[in-house]
Amino acid sequence: MLEIGLSHYLAVAAILFTLGIFGIFLNRKNVIIILMSVELILLAVNINLVAFSVHLQDLTGQIFAMFVLTVAAAEAAIGLAIIVVYFRNRGTIAVEDINLMKG
Amino acid sequence: MIIQALSFYLFAFVAIAAAVMVISARNPVHSVLFLILAFFNAAGLFVLIGAEFIAMILIVVYVGAVAVLFLFVVMMLDISFSELRQGFLQYLPIGGLVGIVLLAELLMIGGSWVIAPVAEGAVRGFPAPPIDQVTNTHAIGKILYTDFIYLFQGAGMVLLVAMIGAIVLTLRSRPGVRKQKISDQINRRPEDAIEIKKVQSGSGI
Repeated sequence: MLEIGLSHYLAVAAILFTLGIFGIFLNRKNVIIILMSVELILLAVNINLVAFSVHLQDLTGQIFAMFVLTVAAAEAAIGLAIIVVYFRNRGTIAVEDINLMKG
Repeated sequence: MIIQALSFYLFAFVAIAAAVMVISARNPVHSVLFLILAFFNAAGLFVLIGAEFIAMILIVVYVGAVAVLFLFVVMMLDISFSELRQGFLQYLPIGGLVGIVLLAELLMIGGSWVIAPVAEGAVRGFPAPPIDQVTNTHAIGKILYTDFIYLFQGAGMVLLVAMIGAIVLTLRSRPGVRKQKISDQINRRPEDAIEIKKVQSGSGI
């Protein structure tokens, strides 16, 4: 219990990942919260990568975590820009109203 | 050892509690603030495990940039967020079911996996040097700018494209807005602006 190992970090990452998925389901109408949930999921992935990197004594995992961070930042910027443009055009960001393409 | 364990449980507990608040807070501004808290505590976990550089990058990128971006957007959009919360409880059962199934699966994997004995002693691609000789940041820099230089440049390109994309998406030129045109003002000559008229005495113009 007091010996903190790889499995402890994996458990934290698993719980954070699940909370992210849960958040997407729970806030089906609010795109901003969905984006935040995606950030949580990416954070969980990063925790996994870093934990394995340290456990295996290999720095590649930490490098990869940095690239995941880069993509997460880019995704947040583009996603929020799309939300702003959408709100400007439609006056709402409810997910149900975004059905122009009827996917 | 006990301090390390206590710090781990503190960081992990606060991070998870903050993540719960992110997805359940009534006000999105509070959600963003709890997201910052979650990332802070994840950075603490990274420091604890010995990946200081990633921890500092996490704080700089998330707390410094992404969270502020989220705050800006949440406060800029004039939305009644209480309307968006309708149906919150309607999705709770299915969301909870999916979440529980997913967590159970992840924990089952976590309880049963082992590192293959072949991989345990295998040669590492980029072995981490001992921490008392080379710091984490130094070691990452040594391989990031040499072996991973193309990926590093590619990450830079991704950020550049994201920046240009965000600017192109949100930039708009509104018609009918009067702006100061400095070149026009400077190029104005007296002949363009004023007209001299000879006024005959005793009559108007």
